[in-house]
Amino acid sequence: MKYIFYTLLCLFCASQVAAVEPDEILSDPALEARAREISTGVRCVVCQNEPIDTSNASVAKDLRLLVRERLLAGDTNTQVEAFLVARYGDYVLFRPPFRGATYVLWFAPIVIFGFGLIAVIRAVRRPGASPTLDQLSDDELATLSKIISSKDDGTA
Amino acid sequence: MIRLLAFLPVVIALGLGAFMLWGLTGDRDPSDRPSALMGHTVPAFDLEGIDGMDGPGLSSDDISDAGQPVVVNIFASWCGPCRQEHPLLETVAAMSGVSIVGINYKNEAFQARRWLAEMGNPFHKIGADLDGRVSLDWGVTGVPETFVINAEGVIVYRHTGSLAEPGAFDALKGAIVAAGQS
Repeated sequence: MKYIFYTLLCLFCASQVAAVEPDEILSDPALEARAREISTGVRCVVCQNEPIDTSNASVAKDLRLLVRERLLAGDTNTQVEAFLVARYGDYVLFRPPFRGATYVLWFAPIVIFGFGLIAVIRAVRRPGASPTLDQLSDDELATLSKIISSKDDGTA
Repeated sequence: MIRLLAFLPVVIALGLGAFMLWGLTGDRDPSDRPSALMGHTVPAFDLEGIDGMDGPGLSSDDISDAGQPVVVNIFASWCGPCRQEHPLLETVAAMSGVSIVGINYKNEAFQARRWLAEMGNPFHKIGADLDGRVSLDWGVTGVPETFVINAEGVIVYRHTGSLAEPGAFDALKGAIVAAGQS
């Protein structure tokens, strides 16, 4: 059991290891920390859903170096991201920017949730639709009382 | 009214189905994305030529001051699709009213020289992008990639991957003709 746990732990950790190579790391720890922070939000453009921080693709390495190059040049994190977007488009960022073309993307979940909430509230609030006795006709009442009395011996 | 509402789920399901069918047909490729550089001027760069070859290298001024449309092809000797599309580049080189230049991506000089000697050299000028840094400014994700730049130095067309893919070369020729008329 223990072995299974540690094996799983190792496997889990392995997937989290960054691909940053020793020669890429900046000597300034503060800048390096910012580079890592940016890298986790930048898509490796050839591997779809992997950030450049964990990708071993050659383009990812080039982009990691580019991020560090811009940081050394004094760019803010936002400027570095803008620099990448100017070359690779919004696609390069995992977090889509908030503006006209992406409103649907950002608001759709909220709107759909809102509709769902309204539907649930209405369903809960709806007055009980089960028929009451006074809606039955005289004939039905007679039949019903016959049925009840015929099963009234408690043995049903 | 309530009765009609009962059909709403069916209508939604059919609408969703139609949308998904649209997405699956007609050669729509989710990996096909518009280039961020489209409509922008050529990124500034100045590359040396391939070591050991005649020629002055390639700079962004060579492209924007050409006075005619320019095809920029990013290639490498280690790239399979580049071999596939190479004869088509020679076809472009033979066309009038357009010049073709190359950016040699992450290639050792001797390998690039051997490649051009073996395959033929369609390029009027070649810049050697040894570390791939200039190609990053072009938004390159891999080789080969082909751009068309009009006479004003504006990027008007981009193709990622081999020009030998179905329809790709016709699209490139169309872009060259359109660039020549603008």
